[in-house]
Amino acid sequence: MNVDTVQSIQDTAKVAASKTQDTSWLMHHIMDSHELDFEPFFSIPLPHLSLFGFDISITKHVVFMWLAAIILIVIFKMVSNQYKKSLVPRGISTFVETIIVFVRDEIVKPTIGKGYERFLPYLLTVFFFILTCNFLGLLPYGSTATSNISVTVTLAVISFLVIQIGGMMKNGVIGYFKGLVPHGVPGWLLPIMAIVEVLGLFTKPFALAIRLFANMTAGHIVILALLGLIFIIHTYFVAPVSIAFALFIYLLEILVALLQAYIFTMLSSLFIGMAVHQEH
Amino acid sequence: MLKLAFIAFLRSEGESGGLLNVVPGLIFWTVITFILLLLILKKIAWKPILNSLHEREKFIIDSLEKASNAQKEAEKLLEENNSNLAKAEEEAQKIIAQGREYSEKLKQQILHESKVESMKMIQQAKLEIERKNQESFVKLKEQVAELAIGAAEKILKENLDKEKQKELVDKYLKELN
Repeated sequence: MNVDTVQSIQDTAKVAASKTQDTSWLMHHIMDSHELDFEPFFSIPLPHLSLFGFDISITKHVVFMWLAAIILIVIFKMVSNQYKKSLVPRGISTFVETIIVFVRDEIVKPTIGKGYERFLPYLLTVFFFILTCNFLGLLPYGSTATSNISVTVTLAVISFLVIQIGGMMKNGVIGYFKGLVPHGVPGWLLPIMAIVEVLGLFTKPFALAIRLFANMTAGHIVILALLGLIFIIHTYFVAPVSIAFALFIYLLEILVALLQAYIFTMLSSLFIGMAVHQEH
Repeated sequence: MLKLAFIAFLRSEGESGGLLNVVPGLIFWTVITFILLLLILKKIAWKPILNSLHEREKFIIDSLEKASNAQKEAEKLLEENNSNLAKAEEEAQKIIAQGREYSEKLKQQILHESKVESMKMIQQAKLEIERKNQESFVKLKEQVAELAIGAAEKILKENLDKEKQKELVDKYLKELN
């Protein structure tokens, strides 16, 4: 019985491994590409560029990052213009202000504490950028730039740099590295603790990158897999179930889109707070 | 084996590499996009918006503080007014009481004085009456004496005959009556 189960799992895995090309239709929707697909109507090819031998082509995810940036700039220009007219928010400002105040009072202030103002622009930008990218992926023909590991790794590295530089500016370079090891550690533990703490510095942004990437990718894969069931099983009877579940996952993804933007900002802010106020 | 299959799935060759492939081009563009977005938003959005928010919060806090101060002031004034009013009331009561007391005293005094005066006047009147009585009595005595002397004189003048004498006495007696 047990051996049979193991055998069947191994068989399935072998089949899965040998039929990797079967997933290409699914990966096509998730991965980056050199064209903007508007199936079944048309597709816009994107230019291939290279700089010093590096391929810096404008890809689908780059386009959607720019779209997110443009949307943000337009919205916030409107909001700040509105604030120039009067201190009382009106229209879109009321909505945006709620989120800004939420980020400031619920995320940044409690986690960083004193001197939080310096990091507020960065954290607000991260929050709104990730949020907009996440939501763009939920639109028809949209693509989630944050489901690309290159993007999340870059955002995490920027976070890492902000954390380290923030910590060093507050405590001094030497003071910062000294403060990494908590007080009251026995002398013989110090070498181990130093290694653990330095490793910890790098696992934090790594976790940030993987978390955002995996969460934004997983939802899309599940939706596509559920809809793919209809074509794999070749029956219409599974369609209502697939669509119902896909819709449920889609709604869940709206929540996840918000949540991941919140978590990325929250954790970045928390790590900045830990780096700046090392005594805690 | 399962793990292998999963990795194979993730590494499955799509159009531009596997799911876990980190592409330098995208990193480049992400850095550029993000840094530019950060700088632009910092200039056009975060500074003015956060400043206005801060300004508004400060304004609200100031207003609340001012309102609470004004209320405190008003309460203080009210209390002061009330205490002043109470003091004035007390003062007025005191004045009225004093006035009453004074008037009572005055009344008593006037009554007493008038009584004494009237007693004195009665006494004087009595004395006057006594004096007048005495006076009139003395006068009467003198008149009687005069009359008696006059009568005696006339009797002495006309004591020639008895008849005449008797007549005379009668006449004088008549006169006397």
